[in-house]
This record gives sequence, structure tokens and C-alpha cells, in this order.
Amino acid sequence: MKITGAEAVIRCLLAEGVDLVYGYPGGAIMPVYDELYKFQDQLHHVLVRHEQGAAHAAQGFARATGKVGVAIATSGPGATNLVTGIADAQIDSTPLVCITGQVGKHLLGSDAFQETDIIGISTPVTKWNYQITEAHEIPEIIAKAFYIARSGRPGPVLIDITKNAQFDELDFCYEKCTSIRSYHPKPVLNLQKVQEAANIINNAKKPYIIFGQGVILSEAEEQLKALVEKSGIPAAWTILGLSALPTNHPLNVGMVGMHGNYGPNVLTNECDVLIALGMRFDDRVTGNLATYAKQAKVIHFEIDPAEIDKNVKTEVAVLADIKEALTALIPLIDKKSHDSWHNEFKEKYEIELDAVINEELAPTNGKGISMGETIEMINKHSNGDAIMVSDVGQHQMFACRYAKFNTTKSNVTSGGLGTMGFALPAAIGAKMGMPEREVVAIIGDGGFQMNIQELGTINQTKVPVKIVVLNNEFLGMVRQWQELFFDNRYASTVMVNPNFCAIAEGYYIKAKKVTQREDLDAAVAEMMASKDSYFLEVMVEKENNVFPMIPTGASVSEMRLS
Amino acid sequence: MENKTFTISVYSENNVGLLNRISGIFLKRHINILSLNVSESEIENVSRFIIVVDTTEKWVKNIVGQIEKQIEVIKAFYHVDEETIFLESALFKIQSNLLFDERQIQNIIKESHSEIVTVSRDFFVISKSGKRSEIEELHAKLKPFGIMQFVRSGRISVSKSKMEISTLLVDLK
Repeated sequence: MKITGAEAVIRCLLAEGVDLVYGYPGGAIMPVYDELYKFQDQLHHVLVRHEQGAAHAAQGFARATGKVGVAIATSGPGATNLVTGIADAQIDSTPLVCITGQVGKHLLGSDAFQETDIIGISTPVTKWNYQITEAHEIPEIIAKAFYIARSGRPGPVLIDITKNAQFDELDFCYEKCTSIRSYHPKPVLNLQKVQEAANIINNAKKPYIIFGQGVILSEAEEQLKALVEKSGIPAAWTILGLSALPTNHPLNVGMVGMHGNYGPNVLTNECDVLIALGMRFDDRVTGNLATYAKQAKVIHFEIDPAEIDKNVKTEVAVLADIKEALTALIPLIDKKSHDSWHNEFKEKYEIELDAVINEELAPTNGKGISMGETIEMINKHSNGDAIMVSDVGQHQMFACRYAKFNTTKSNVTSGGLGTMGFALPAAIGAKMGMPEREVVAIIGDGGFQMNIQELGTINQTKVPVKIVVLNNEFLGMVRQWQELFFDNRYASTVMVNPNFCAIAEGYYIKAKKVTQREDLDAAVAEMMASKDSYFLEVMVEKENNVFPMIPTGASVSEMRLS
Repeated sequence: MENKTFTISVYSENNVGLLNRISGIFLKRHINILSLNVSESEIENVSRFIIVVDTTEKWVKNIVGQIEKQIEVIKAFYHVDEETIFLESALFKIQSNLLFDERQIQNIIKESHSEIVTVSRDFFVISKSGKRSEIEELHAKLKPFGIMQFVRSGRISVSKSKMEISTLLVDLK
């Protein structure tokens, strides 16, 4: 069957089970858009307001569903606008396939209108990329793109298609890609290593689990729960591991990292065995590496060989898909409880409650609404069943510290790259991917204005996302650092903001502003009950800080409570 | 950990853009590539990169891990000098009249085991393969007479131990 390259692109997407793509049209991708028009009853295209929004929406979709997100853009600025989202997906291991148009093959390298070397630009931030210049390449390359994006440690793939390849015809035949000879996404599990890990775990006095997004990506949540319950080992999470284990699980001891919980950080330097599951010892997790868990035997379960011994030297490395590894490990683990060790976490939590949490959740001394109590109010009305999509900054730390989650894939945030402007478009993607779930975006007044144009996408699609802007009229996280480390010199962190509610209403989104504590409960209730999208602005205390905190370069055991 | 010279060998598919991807791994870590050579390998359609860097063993391990992670890379190795047989090639272009006016040039060529690859009315070209130090020594000896052009290749090397790429590829099929 002879079809055009552009039609082949659509047929490839359909063959991969894609029914939703995010994008923005333009000259070099018009043949593909023409086919999107013809196939609109099978493949829904969401018109975003900026290509960065398309990339983040595809990310939100991927993170909430576990499927590959797809974003489409034209050449030149369309392609370069995707780059921030691609970089974010790369560092947070999110499966994306981005398709960009490119000028015709005969114009490549001629500085043609809207020509940019997107292959060169995207190389450092993609798992793989490829420029298609002939129509016949399309099926094989798109099949490879999906295979690479979703297999092993997932990541973004960019496929650049010259305009001639979209117009030209090919004999279409689609075969899914199942292997590439130079690419081994799934290491063969070494059962000897699993046994060694089990022996160390069974002999440990103070074992400690830290789990990351690897658990979610390999859908090993049940295995994680089974391991924790059988072994009785306290388990903490990285920001991207959040929601892999219900937050109210008795052995879930909280979050590690710079603004994580007190016990999970300081006790990292007191455990005798540290079991790292699908996490990569990011510097925001470890603090000063020279003083990180030096007393512990480290067991690292990880799918990416390049992560083994990258930051922390391991005693045993189990290179494998986490689900497969844990399935093999659990029968080898002795049933135990570690009550006195677990109690140390509880004691540390009491200290944190007194020093930080109680005041955050119920501020005294006439202080204004806190971010923490707003999150707590959302918990009350969501019962922990909502997907929370947070942006980047103080509100993100409060959201991750205080949100309650019953189910996995519920915490969508920009972890590794820290991309302000992520949450609004990502929430759109998450809600479209999981329409039956409630999706709440938690955004600061700074980050909201970085992709505020996506209110237009919400208006056009009527996607019922709930948007909460925690407004302290500051770029709060930077302000906090200026207060603590730069002698209160608030350089360019004061925000003079517009009337956000009027803007939301301008996009025909119902909006409400809360300035008084006594109005918060009813406002959150109204938002959660709304069938439509809803914008809630909460004016919060202006100069609150996120604590506890591990200052940059300090050890996890030097975590500050104030 | 001290810096050392490491030779990184990469076996890869022969694809456009892979060089950019690999050099980016060095760029990202602010590591200067001392020399780079890309050629066919012993296996059909498989390319071999020889990259020489001066860094610590921890970094080179990290880099090799990141290189192997690239989709089109089949396998990457690193070695210190003692573990490889390596050499470089150099060409020296010199005025032809010097061959007759400065007779010791002929002795220098003989003693250095280099060879004259071409002679024309205006210039002649000396080719020398060997260790960097041997090429530098020859360069120092010829310099006083005036070198019209000089060029040295990147390092090429083979390891003393096996690099079992062929079997790896068979396994994968």
C-alpha cells in the first residue's frame, strides 16, 4: 500500500496505541497536521499554546499513565521550544516521543527559513534522536523511537522529519521494534547477586530502604510493599519515588533529601545496610557525598549500569529491572521486625513535629495561611486519591512533604531539572491520561507565570484540572536562600503580580481567591467538587521558609530544623 | 585520585550523529579529548573509536558507562598505556634542496626509522609512525632546518587482552 510519509507517521502512532498527542502546527510539519485532520476521530490532537507546554503535557500524561507521551512541533522555534521539556524528561526518565518537522532535505544546512539543527541541539538531552530524510525510513525509525523511549530506563526520543519525507510516498508496513543489537535495555538478573543482597539484609541490625522512581517505572509497587512488610525495614522515598508506597503505610518513614524529613536524612548515617531501590543518589538526596552513609553497606538495585558506583560505592549491585529483582529477592528474605530501629524514626519524627510540622500545619502568632496547611486541606478533600502535579520551588517541597497518597503514579513533579512552568501543562496531560482521577496542580506565583498561556489549552479542551496557586508574591525558594545565605538581599525575587483570578476568568475558568484562613476549607471543598476546571489562588504568608533543610555541601546528618 | 592517560575504545554502529553524542559526554564533564580516531573495526559495519584522555580512573569509568549507554554503542573499554599497543603517525613536509644542502637530514631519517614517501622539485615528505616521544624527537631534530608543514594523527591502539565484540554481536542476534 503506497501512502505518504505524513500518513505513515499517523499510522505508526496508531499502531503504537497512541490516541492522544500534544502539539502546535507550523510550516515544516503541515503535511503531518493535514493527516491529523483526516484521522481526528482516531487520534486526538491537543493544541497547546506554546511547544514547551506540549512537551510538559506529554510528560504529565506519561508520568500519570506509564505510557509514552507524544509531542509534535514544527521546525526551528517549534523544535527548540520543546527542548526544556525534553531535558526535563531525560533527567526524570520519562518516556516521550517528540516529532519535529524539518525543512526539505535539499535545504538542509542552507540556513533556510525556520531551519535549526535540532538533532545537534537535542543530542545531549535525548536518549536517542534521528533525522528522517526519506519517507521509507519512517516506519522503522518510529518503531525504534517507541521501543527506545519505553524500554530499560525510559527517556525522551526526538525524531526530526524533513518535509520531503512527509510528502513522498512509501510502501507502508509497520512492525514493532523488539530489539536493537547495540542496545540491551534489560540486564539479565544475576541470582547470585540477589542471594548476596539477601544475606546482607537478613544479617542487618539497622537496615534501611530508600526507593525511587525506578519502582514506579517498573511497576514494582506490590513487590516493594511485600518486601517492606516481610522484612520490617523502614522505607523512605526520593521525591520521584513518592506515592510508590502509600504515605500512610506504617513503615513509610518519609522523604529523603534537602527538604525531606528529619529522621530519614539523619538516620541515613546510622543504618548499617542501605538498600537503594531504583534511585540514583542525586546530590539533592545525598548532600555531601564524602560523609554520606559511610558506615553502611550499600545495596543498589538499579536498571542503568551507568548509575552503579557513580556517586555512592556499593557493596552489592543488582543490575536489573526492579520488579524482577524484588520478585526474586522477597522469598530469600527472613520475616522480621525492626521495632527499636523503626522507633528511632518515630522519635526523630516527634522532634520534627515539634520543631517544624505542627507550626506549618497550624500556624500560630497571627501568621497568614501557610503552604503546608493548604496542602493538608487538599488532602482532607481529596482523601489522598488525587494526582498532585507540583511546579518547582517552596510550594513543591511543601506539596511533596505534606501530600497524602494512596495510589502510585500520583505525584507528578519536575525533580531532576527543576523546571518552573512544568505543572500547569503537566497537569493537563495527567488529567487527559487519567480522566477518572482528580488532578490538582500546585503552583507558585512565579512558576504559574512561566507557562500561564496553557490556560488557553484548558479553556479550549475544557479539561477539568484544578489549579491552586500558592501566592507569596515572591520567588520563594530563591528568597529563602537569599535570607539564609545572602544576608536578606532580595535580589529580583519580589513579584508584582497581576490579578490572577481575572486572568483565569478571562479564559472562562471559574476562579476564587482566598486570603483568610477561615475561608480556605470551603474554597478547597468547592474546587474539589467542581465538575469543571477551577482556579484557586491562596494568598500565603510571604516569608515562610521550608524546613528542615540540608544546606548545600552539608552532610545529611547536619540537617537543620530551623 | 591521580590523573593518567587512558585509551577509550568504543565499538559502535556506523551512524550519523554518534560522534556528536560521544563527544558531548566529554564536553558535559569539561574533559579535553587529547586525540580521537574513528575507523572501521575488525567487524563489518562496526566502527571503532579510539579516544585518548587525561583524567582519573573514577571519571573514565563514569565516562565509559555513559558512552555504553548510548543506543548505538555496542561496547566500550578503557585501558592504561601498559595494556595496549599504540602508535601515532606524522607527516613532515620539508624543502627539497635541504636534502642536498643539509646532508645530516638523511642520517636523521635513517636513524629515526622514518621514510620518505614522496620527493618533488620543491619539497619532500617524511612519514613516521611510532610513539609520541619518537615523533616529538624527530620533530625537534628537523625543526632547525625548517618544517614547511607538520601533522600528527590521533592515537590508534589495540589492546593486549581480548575485546570480545564478535561474540557479543553473535549473542545479540
